[in-house]
Amino acid sequence: MSSTEHIVTSYEGELESLDKKIAQMGGLTENLVGQAVDALRLRDADLASHVIEDDVHIDQLEREIEDQAISMIARRQPMALDLRQIMAAVKITSDLERIGDLGKNIAKRVLSIHHEKQPSQLVHGMRSMQSLALAQLKNVLDAYTERNTEKALSVWYADEEIDAIYNSLFRELLTYMMEDPRNIGLCTHLLFCAKNMERIGDHTTNIAETVHYLVLGSEIAAERPKGDKTTKILVEPGDVENDS
Amino acid sequence: MEVQSIESKKAEQTRQVEQAKKMSPAEETASQPQGPIKMSGKDVSVFYGEKQALFDVNLEILENSVTSLIGPSGCGKSTFLRCLNRMNDVIDICRVSGLITLEGEDIYNPELDVVELRARVGMVFQKPNPFPKSIYDNIAYGPRIHGLTTDRAELDELVESSLKKAGLWEEVKDRLTESGTGLSGGQQQRLCIARAIATRPDVILMDEPCSALDPIATATIEELIDDLRKNYTIVIVTHSMQQAARVSQRTAFFHLGKIIEEGETSQIFTNPRNKKTQDYITGRYG
Repeated sequence: MSSTEHIVTSYEGELESLDKKIAQMGGLTENLVGQAVDALRLRDADLASHVIEDDVHIDQLEREIEDQAISMIARRQPMALDLRQIMAAVKITSDLERIGDLGKNIAKRVLSIHHEKQPSQLVHGMRSMQSLALAQLKNVLDAYTERNTEKALSVWYADEEIDAIYNSLFRELLTYMMEDPRNIGLCTHLLFCAKNMERIGDHTTNIAETVHYLVLGSEIAAERPKGDKTTKILVEPGDVENDS
Repeated sequence: MEVQSIESKKAEQTRQVEQAKKMSPAEETASQPQGPIKMSGKDVSVFYGEKQALFDVNLEILENSVTSLIGPSGCGKSTFLRCLNRMNDVIDICRVSGLITLEGEDIYNPELDVVELRARVGMVFQKPNPFPKSIYDNIAYGPRIHGLTTDRAELDELVESSLKKAGLWEEVKDRLTESGTGLSGGQQQRLCIARAIATRPDVILMDEPCSALDPIATATIEELIDDLRKNYTIVIVTHSMQQAARVSQRTAFFHLGKIIEEGETSQIFTNPRNKKTQDYITGRYG
């Protein structure tokens, strides 16, 4: 229910420019998280340093989008779909900014652990989590540009998968730490990296909810599956022997 | 790893997505009027000679609420408003069909006293139109012709309370004998509201009451409307969408003589169900 153009063309232009900026910010964020993940996988300190520098551009765009939204609310008194679009832009931009920060945090950790050897099993688990989180982010940004609620809903439900991998990674990392205290430094950093990816997934679901609201004007009418069970996980020394 | 179980979850997710889609269709959540109905129009059609201006309009006006009628010029919103106190009667070629009730009573019943109806359903117009009389006499006029008071003291009291309800008393209490036309635009409009209140109406109709006023006078009237709602039922026609959004609880959108959409004001302005409503309130080509 949109497509008709505003009588005031400059208003139409502002809405379009807001959309473009979100798309641009989404692209930058996706790129940044992808590079952070690559840096972690390849233990590439140079790439990680780039990521840390690039986050500035995302922050800059966030400010631009917010300023534009505030100015539009003040000058245009937006209604209905326009109002929802501007509110959605503000919400999405803040989720994207957080996602950028989490990516940057992964990159910072790469700088601390890039010289350490990582167990191949862990790397595998991290990789499947990363590719899932990245795919989710890409899908939700597509859902936004296409105004596709179905796609947004799929993203919303699929977050459970990221949570599931995070749960098992959490368990595994604890197990490694117990096996050999020399792993603790590396594993703690990896645990935070995994947690960051899990948080990226949460922000991605927030965006999915915003897309749903933007298009239909209503909240998603269902209970979100909560998959992060790590708050209840405690690995005892006995578990380590049983597992191996 | 729990990767295997993830695969099996795919099917479950698809099912959930389908279910959630079913759960959030916009139409089913459309709000129905709640609360006692003060006035109601059923299949109201209005003809000016051969030309039909309203087509089977149905609208319920809730007690102690502000209902705003919005829509482009010529959409029929003022025509409908004027039906509610039979102001259209004064136009010779105008014919009204359908049923309009006030507290369940047909207001087009031939036995009904139109003058009394207009005392119960008062009206405030776009341009303030005080009588060229004193402030006091402007207010006292209605009560006098309707015989609402028995002595001077009672009339004095009614004039004072009407001016107080209209938020004008403090500004005019020392110059009640001065002419009403000497007041500022905003004060004149509040004088007209006080004049409408003086006949102790149930309903107050307002036809663009602020379009001739500056923003401060407009804000005063809007504050007054919000205050009057406690004791009266108000129907307001406005061209300002922001005003409709600010002052009313329910909004009806008219287009080409029909009601396109009617509902809670907050819903109409954040999530209208109809594309025509959306196009109009967001300023798009219809």
